[in-house]
Parts: sequence; structure tokens; C-alpha cells
Amino acid sequence: MTSPAPRKLVPLVASGPSLPRRLFDRGSTVTCYLAALIVVSPLALILWHVIRLGLPGMTADFFFHLPKPVGETGGGVANAIVGTGIMVLIGTAISVPIGVGAGLYLAEHGNGRFGTFVRTTADVLSGVPSIVIGVAAYGLVVVPMGRFSGLAGGVALAIIMLPTIVRSTEEVVRLVPRSYREAALALGAPRWRVIQQVVLPAAAPAVLTAVLLALARAAGETAPLLFTALGSRFWSVSVDRPMASLPVYIFDYARAPYDDWNRQAWSAALVLLMLVTVVSALVRFSIRRVPRR
Amino acid sequence: MSESVSAESFGEGIPRLRSRARARPWADAAHHRLLQIMALTVLATVVLIAWEALSGALPAMRAYGLRFLLNTAWDPVAEHFGALPYLYGTMLSSALALLIALPLGLGTAVYLSELAPPRVGSAVAFVVELLASIPSIVYGLWGLFVLAPFLRAHVEPWLIAHFGFIPLFRGYPFGIGMLNAAIVLSMMILPTIVSISREILLSMPRALRESALALGATRAEAIAVTLDVARPGILGAVILALGRALGETMAVTMVIGNSNRISASLLAPSATMASVIANEFSEATSNLHLSALIEIAFVLLVVTMLVNSFARALVIWSTGGRRDIAGAS
Repeated sequence: MTSPAPRKLVPLVASGPSLPRRLFDRGSTVTCYLAALIVVSPLALILWHVIRLGLPGMTADFFFHLPKPVGETGGGVANAIVGTGIMVLIGTAISVPIGVGAGLYLAEHGNGRFGTFVRTTADVLSGVPSIVIGVAAYGLVVVPMGRFSGLAGGVALAIIMLPTIVRSTEEVVRLVPRSYREAALALGAPRWRVIQQVVLPAAAPAVLTAVLLALARAAGETAPLLFTALGSRFWSVSVDRPMASLPVYIFDYARAPYDDWNRQAWSAALVLLMLVTVVSALVRFSIRRVPRR
Repeated sequence: MSESVSAESFGEGIPRLRSRARARPWADAAHHRLLQIMALTVLATVVLIAWEALSGALPAMRAYGLRFLLNTAWDPVAEHFGALPYLYGTMLSSALALLIALPLGLGTAVYLSELAPPRVGSAVAFVVELLASIPSIVYGLWGLFVLAPFLRAHVEPWLIAHFGFIPLFRGYPFGIGMLNAAIVLSMMILPTIVSISREILLSMPRALRESALALGATRAEAIAVTLDVARPGILGAVILALGRALGETMAVTMVIGNSNRISASLLAPSATMASVIANEFSEATSNLHLSALIEIAFVLLVVTMLVNSFARALVIWSTGGRRDIAGAS
């Protein structure tokens, strides 16, 4: 038996793929280009509308004044900006120690069964809908306290931030070279000092990045605040009282039947977008300079 | 500036260990324990959330049992609570959003991982990450004040005129409703689909594509080979996006119209599990009403947990144990 002559193969390759195959190749390539174009276009659309509709209302008054009573035009979001700041700070203060500690644990001691379990739990937590976290925070804080409060909002935001901080801390701590640990251990340092004074500082900038990203995301969350912090039309800085926040302000003002309020919702959205998206853009841009893992 | 290295500058940047750092066995154990407690707190948080949802839902569970999930009446005044319209709204809006987002997201992921020049590719990936960072309330605002008037004026009248014979497109052009919610939701889950699928495609062996090309395949055919191998992982990405869509609250609440009637038409107002909680929780009229809302939260929690765990397992399995891809993104 003679095998098919290689002669046959040569013209086949030289002639290239058949027309239908070439058309399919072209067509699917163009489709992918179009898909990418459609996917990125919402960013431009949303930015354009938020800036166009929000910018006219961005006066100094808007930043430094309180909401006006129903029926009067004008007013500002000073209390909402401060409220968002306070609740995000509470969230950070609770979630960073726990999250960084748990992340360190997972990276340094977490290869056993307990570690795997905690890791899976953190994944599960990151998938829990934010509205459910709001319901849980209501039961955990609002019911025992007997009223809606900024503290409850802060706790809800802490739960939102926690899984991101845990997982990113673990990831970046694992990236610290073994040689650092070995060198410190060889110098006679006990393990806890190696972790606290060598490994953690080496990972600190990356951990900070992760915390900032989690913080930016938490600042934009509305659902967990609706029935924990509730919102307020007055100056509210005591954490045991209902507290205003930018996202809830936008929600309330967008649904109000007054044009002036709707305009203010757009301006508040611009403020929020500047806070949230600018922070994440800057952070992500700065990570991009350093090669990832 | 002298060339010699002074004693102070030598070793700069290396964290210094104090000379007192002698081994103290109890300190190591205590530190280990401390970190373990932090890890345990994460565990406890999830348990607490589940417990709060379950215990809060008990009164409604006792009162209605399984009928709660099958009844269509939702009347806080008469205390009749049936969650079926909300289950239906959540399932339909998420499924429609996937239907829109899947082809677009997959196409973009292929573009980013296989076709785009490196610079353009990383710029587009950056934009996709920014899209993921936009708060959901801003998506909702945009859907309510920009997309809804557009749908009302241009898209929905056209759909009704040309496809009105199908029940899906029958009705009145409200602008807000199921269609609007599905579009906004699809925009919100696209970043998830794109970034995870892209990572999965990048994690596939180069040899797959190269051997296909060497056998004379066109570029599209070679990509199809890679896609075929990546299929379980991409399915995982899609299901993760589904998990996100199921729980998405604010944007949907603002654009879906909040009607607890099950309608065959995509143009009709509807409601989802998350949106009814957002709308009614803080002004619940009775304890049973509150409990019914918490039961919806509990069902939502269980469903999203199952969906997400399944998706994560798929992604991890299909990438050979890469936990980071499906991680806290």
C-alpha cells in the first residue's frame, strides 16, 4: 500500500481555505470587534449623560448645603457626603482588621481543611446579594438597637467589603517571595514577627490597593443602606441615628415627582461617580504600572 | 555624595528585626490563634447572615409553608403573601439579561484574548473594569431617565407595531418594565462575563490554537477549538454572572416598574425578589409582612449561594485549580 502522496497536500495548503471558511473567518472576526465596541459603549453613554445632566447642578451650594424642604428648589448634599464618609469609615474600621487578619491566616496557615473551608466561605460571602446583607444587618443591628442608624449602615458596608479584602490580602501575601520569610527565619525571628514585620509590610501597598477598591465599591452601595441607615434629610453625624448617604439620596430624589429633585439626583450621581469611579480608576491604573502576579 | 555605602543606608528597605526578637513559643501560638479568630469571624459572618434570614423568615414559613412560593397574591393589607410573581420576575429578567449579555460578552472576551493588539486589548479591559465599578444606582438612574424615554418613544412602539401579534410584545409602551430591566441588567453583568471568560481563554494552552492553525485551520476555527476546550469554564463565568443578576437590586428596582402581576409581555411592569424587598422593607405594615419579605431574602440567599458555588466549582475545575479567576471580583 502506498500512502497518499505528499504532493497532494501542497496545492491544498497553497490554495488556502475555501471561500465559505474564509467568509466565516472574516465574519466572526468582525462580529467580535463589534461585540467589543458595543460592550464598551455604555461607559461613554453613562458618563456622557451623568456629566451633561449632573454638571449644571454642581454648584458650591450643592456641596455645602442641606436638602431643602419639599416645595423649595435648591439645597445640597452636604449631609449625604458626610454620611457616606462616616459609614464607609465604620465599614473600613471593622472590615480591615478582620479581613487582613483572615487573609494573612489563609496565606500563612490556610492550607489545611479549615483554611479551605474559610476560603470557600469568603467566596460565598462575596456572592451574597447586597440586599440580603442589608436584611441581615437589619436583624443584627437595627432590631437590637430599636432604630435605624448609621452604625447599622456601617456594619452592612463592612460585610460587603470583607470578602474582597480577605481574598486580595491572601493573594498578595502569597506573592511575597519565600526568600523573605526564609531570610527572616534564618535571622532567628519567630514566625509571628516574620508575618507581622516582614511579610505584611512587603504586601502592604497591594493590600492598601485592595482596601481602596473595596472602599470605593462600598461607597456606591445602596441596597444595604435602605433599611439600616435609612437616610435623613437633616444634618446627621451621630452614628446611632438614621444617616443620609449619597446612593440613598440619589434613589429618593430620582423617584420623586419633582423635576428639580431629579436634576439633583443627577448631580449627586456625578459626585458619587467621581468618588467611586475615579478612585477605582486611579487605583487600577496604578496597579497596571506594576506587573500583576 | 560619597560612593561608599554607609552603615545606615545598607540594607535600607529591608524591614528591621529588633534584637529582642527571641523565640517565644507562646507568642507564636497566640498570633496563630489571633489570625485564626479573624478567619473564624468570616465564617461566623456567613452563618449569622443565614441565621438572621432563616429566623426572620420563620413566621412566614409557618404561616404559608410552601404555598408561599406558589401563590401569586401579594396583599399586605389582607396579609396574603405569595412570592411567585417575584420569583418569576427575577428568573425572567436574569435569563433575558444573560441572553443579551452572553453573545456580546463572549465576543468581547475572544476579541480581548485573541484578536486585539496588546495595547488596545488592555485599554478595553480597563474600560470593562471601570464599567464594573459604576454603582448600580447610577445604572438605575440612567435606565430610568435615559433608556426608558428612548424605549418608550422609539423601540417599544416599533416592537408593538411589528411584533405585537406575539404576546411577548403586546401592551403599552411604558418605557419602564421587564425589557428595560433586562437591558440594564445585561449591561451590569457584562463585565463579569467578559473579564472571567477572558482570563479563562488566556489560561488555555497556546498549543491548542497553534496546532489547529498548523493543521490549516483559519483563525476563527482555531479560536473555536480553544472555545470548545474552555466551554466548562465559560459556562462557569456565565453562571457567576447569573448569580449577580439574580441578586441585583437597585438598578432593577428603578426600571422594572414594580408591579406584582405576572405578565407574558416584556413591555409590562414587573418586579423581582430583590426589588420588592427594597421597596417594601422599611415600610412593612405588619410583622408578617416583614417576615414574608425576609423569607424572600432567604430564598434569594439560598438560590444565589447554590448558583455561585456551582459556577465557582466549574471555573476552578476547568482552569486546573486556579482559584483566583472566580475569586472576589
